[in-house]
Amino acid sequence: MKDFIIPAPMFSDRDMGTPASKSKTQVTLEIDGFEVTVPEGTSIMRAAAELGITVPKLCATDSIEAFGSCRLCLVEIEGRNGTPASCTTPVAPGIRVKTQTGKLKQLRKGVMELYISDHPLDCLTCGANGDCELQDMAGAVGLRDVRYQAAENAEMATHFAKKNTSGEANIDWLPKDDSNPYFSYDPSKCIVCNRCVRACEEVQGTFALTIEGRGWDSRVHAGLKDDTFLASDCVSCGACVQACPTATLIEKSVLDIGTPDKSVVTTCAYCGVGCQFKAEMRGDELVRMVPYKHGKANRGHSCVKGRFAYGYASHKDRILSPMIRDSINDPWQEVTWAEAMSFAANRMKAIQAKYGRQSVGVITSSRCTNEETYLVQKLTRGVFENNNTDTCARVCHSPTGYGLGQTFGTSAGTQDFDSVESADVILVIGANPHSGHPVFASRMKKRLRQGAKLIVVDPRRTESVEGPHYRARHHLALKPGTNVAVVTALAHVIVTEGLYNEDFIRTRCDWDEFQDYMEFVSDPRHSPEAIEMLTGVPAAEVRGAARLYATGGNAAIYYGLGVTEHSQGSTTVIGIANLAMLTGNIGRPGVGVNPLRGQNNVQGSCDMGSFPHELPGYRHVKNPEVRAIYENLWGVKIDAEPGLRIPNMLDAAVEGTFKGLYCQGEDILQSDPDTHHVAAGLAAMECVIVHDLFLNETANYAHVFFPGSSFLEKDGTFTNAERRINMVRKVMAPKQGYADWEVTQMFANAMLEGSGRSWGYTHPAQIMEEIAMTTPSFAGVSYEKIESMGSVQWPVNDKAPNGTPLVHVDGFVRGKGKFIRTEYVATDEKTGPKFPLLLTTGRILSQYNVGAQTRRTGNTAWHPEDMLEIHPHDAENRGIRQGDWVRLASRAGVTSLRADITDKVSPGVVYTTFHHPDTQANVITTDFSDWATNCPEYKVTAVQVSPSNGPSDWQEEYAAQATLSRRILPAAE
Amino acid sequence: MQADQINPKIARMANQIAMFMESKPEAEGVEGLSSHINDFWEPRMRRQFFALVDAGGDGLRPLVLKAAEKIRRPAAD
Repeated sequence: MKDFIIPAPMFSDRDMGTPASKSKTQVTLEIDGFEVTVPEGTSIMRAAAELGITVPKLCATDSIEAFGSCRLCLVEIEGRNGTPASCTTPVAPGIRVKTQTGKLKQLRKGVMELYISDHPLDCLTCGANGDCELQDMAGAVGLRDVRYQAAENAEMATHFAKKNTSGEANIDWLPKDDSNPYFSYDPSKCIVCNRCVRACEEVQGTFALTIEGRGWDSRVHAGLKDDTFLASDCVSCGACVQACPTATLIEKSVLDIGTPDKSVVTTCAYCGVGCQFKAEMRGDELVRMVPYKHGKANRGHSCVKGRFAYGYASHKDRILSPMIRDSINDPWQEVTWAEAMSFAANRMKAIQAKYGRQSVGVITSSRCTNEETYLVQKLTRGVFENNNTDTCARVCHSPTGYGLGQTFGTSAGTQDFDSVESADVILVIGANPHSGHPVFASRMKKRLRQGAKLIVVDPRRTESVEGPHYRARHHLALKPGTNVAVVTALAHVIVTEGLYNEDFIRTRCDWDEFQDYMEFVSDPRHSPEAIEMLTGVPAAEVRGAARLYATGGNAAIYYGLGVTEHSQGSTTVIGIANLAMLTGNIGRPGVGVNPLRGQNNVQGSCDMGSFPHELPGYRHVKNPEVRAIYENLWGVKIDAEPGLRIPNMLDAAVEGTFKGLYCQGEDILQSDPDTHHVAAGLAAMECVIVHDLFLNETANYAHVFFPGSSFLEKDGTFTNAERRINMVRKVMAPKQGYADWEVTQMFANAMLEGSGRSWGYTHPAQIMEEIAMTTPSFAGVSYEKIESMGSVQWPVNDKAPNGTPLVHVDGFVRGKGKFIRTEYVATDEKTGPKFPLLLTTGRILSQYNVGAQTRRTGNTAWHPEDMLEIHPHDAENRGIRQGDWVRLASRAGVTSLRADITDKVSPGVVYTTFHHPDTQANVITTDFSDWATNCPEYKVTAVQVSPSNGPSDWQEEYAAQATLSRRILPAAE
Repeated sequence: MQADQINPKIARMANQIAMFMESKPEAEGVEGLSSHINDFWEPRMRRQFFALVDAGGDGLRPLVLKAAEKIRRPAAD
């Protein structure tokens, strides 16, 4: 792609040919008469690129190691023999390099002539026309003639002609593989440069591609002999497509639309990794999303969701007109924005007048921007005048906020993602980054291939436990619900075997609290041997894991919802913090405690004051000096009492005291536990406003629908799991007319009509100014700063004007690190004769959360329905075969889905995902929750599984009710 | 009547917090439990909580009852 507009020239997108060297030693040399100084280990090709000299190349690109196969990048070095490849030859002090001589020109032209002799010359109709490195290089070396032509009637063949020169079928011609929904593989255009194979290995770490055959027969192939791309291990991350210098691997969208003419850097709206992409556009049509190499979370990599699954934004199911209805049994009526606003405001005002100030509230979205989330919590605090705000972090990482807040003093991860490159031991607990956080997983796997050691604590043998060239040294396959016992046993081993870091604890933590904790944890009842029967983990494995974590060098913990979504979620987070403090694995690169956050802006939604007890920046509403900041600015009194959390809102609704809800970008009916209870709560409300792209499941119970805008249609910021604030940039106008922050503002102003107050933001930058002005940890944040730095990690203030990549470096935010006892308490959710199996839930690579986005993309090719994973023993006992319909029942409800028989799960444990509303896994989950935060216990439900002949009655009733509820009357003329 | 019959959810949640706080020295546990409820339970929940305590608190763990003295009674609506 040429002539791209990139926000700032410092973030040049130029391909430097080979990766940057990290050496601190500098080397000076001369290239084409110009002196250049680069780090030791830099290739001559890259050094030349630093000078602005582009050495012709085909097999080199700066995302992968040099390979030296195309022989195009040859150079001459004074005093050395031959013409070495500049990609594989490192710089040396004082050498004098020539990149353009008569000899080199002749050699390159000869090489190109050979390449082109086996390449079709259909450039004008080729999908890569204008974006083809082969074409560019032919031009760069001045190729004007190809002398090599096959003799006629000689049965000679190329790789690209369907017939040989005798007119017979060419056995070397292979058809296109269009099996992947997003890109095609055309072997006839392949120059076998190996870039795709190396990208799959080095960048993604899947090793799905290979070069099959030798010499003339060498062909790129996915998977085994008979596999297509779709049938192979390929995870469709797009790294191969990005690496391909020709049209061999190319996005189908480029084939359909043509090449883009401009690009805008923005941030992915899927998981909490926060990858940056270039949205490449033609006019206002999105042609493709290409991972941005200066994105500090992803470093130029992507996964199938961010790279390809954006089609939902233009899906026909998107609702583009506001709608209202009197009762949830009525069909929807399309109305103007003004009518929708006045209908919604009148209803909410009437409810507050009748049932009191506390009878309404909001749910902020972890998918929307910081600025939008800030406005929604401001709506409830400043306009509804209560603290009834909550967000989906309640049901995922609220225990992280509590646990890390108590022990370290901050509600966030301690590292940046680059830190994993320095880790020697990686302890993954209750997370499957391979599926949930794929781009981080690729970076982690790269480090594992370099020799870092892996420990995994997870009931399932997930893809993160073993894969190509990595395998966990210790996989603690514990029984769901026993995290605290295992984590405490790890600490027991570290303390009783004297593996703790006394210096660190004495200087950085409270020594008395450590003494108390040591006494607690040393008790033999916490030993690996004592808990073995309970957890199902062999004691020797626990001891081995503890020793490795404590003594293996830099040890980093990454954890996910398998830690938090339990009755003792907060206790496990505390236990994890204890482990890091015990071993001094805090405050430098390669270590730390890293929660892998679920949604793109779940960190941001927590930071922005979405929780009912906290104003932005995690400051409790009980503090009058904090309330005063907002009271003075907003001209309203802030309630000093904590408000309702999501489960409390639903309880209160069923009780009849909570009657109105504004729910932005969140589908609580599908994502929250115990669907029957959620449905009862929603049905009891008098005004439910859903603000979303689609008529989601929650909207079945809504009275007002505000159509939402996608992340491509608005400006703002997302904050990822590293606390990194990334820009989201508008690349097209909102299809329904307004960005979400504008919709919230219209609604607030409709509520405020007649009060003399109103909101008047004209751009999200003004909202960020208000956030910075009122929140100490964001004091130094501004759009100008993010634009100039690319991104910034909070806290950003006078002490850290350029942000904070690592926290707790010289001391904990709270002062001294606090050790807290972690007593194991068994959950009340126990198996018994009626429900003898334990169900645990999770996600899959190709689908995301409730699937509202990914189900409306080609990603359904990989995961068209939720399946129940069950161990062969449990299946056999029940007469269940692969693919059979099974009935899944708990004390909360019943559903049916198909069985997938696998030993990834242990006997006694079953597993499913919750991406599809037809299955509704949350009908099964219960209302048990974390003791500290009410985070639901999604990960442990006692269930029974039995053969079935199809969907349950409830599923059929639900589908019928949903269809009825989604009727839309045509707009009045 | 037992607290977990009157309002099983509130009784269960209070007891769950107590089970965590019981591993601390008692004074610290009482302080931890009461401030946790004061900080995170909205007035409606605290009102329901005091309904259990005022009904005798049968079924609530002893630490919950000790902490109740330090828990803020919500203002009447």
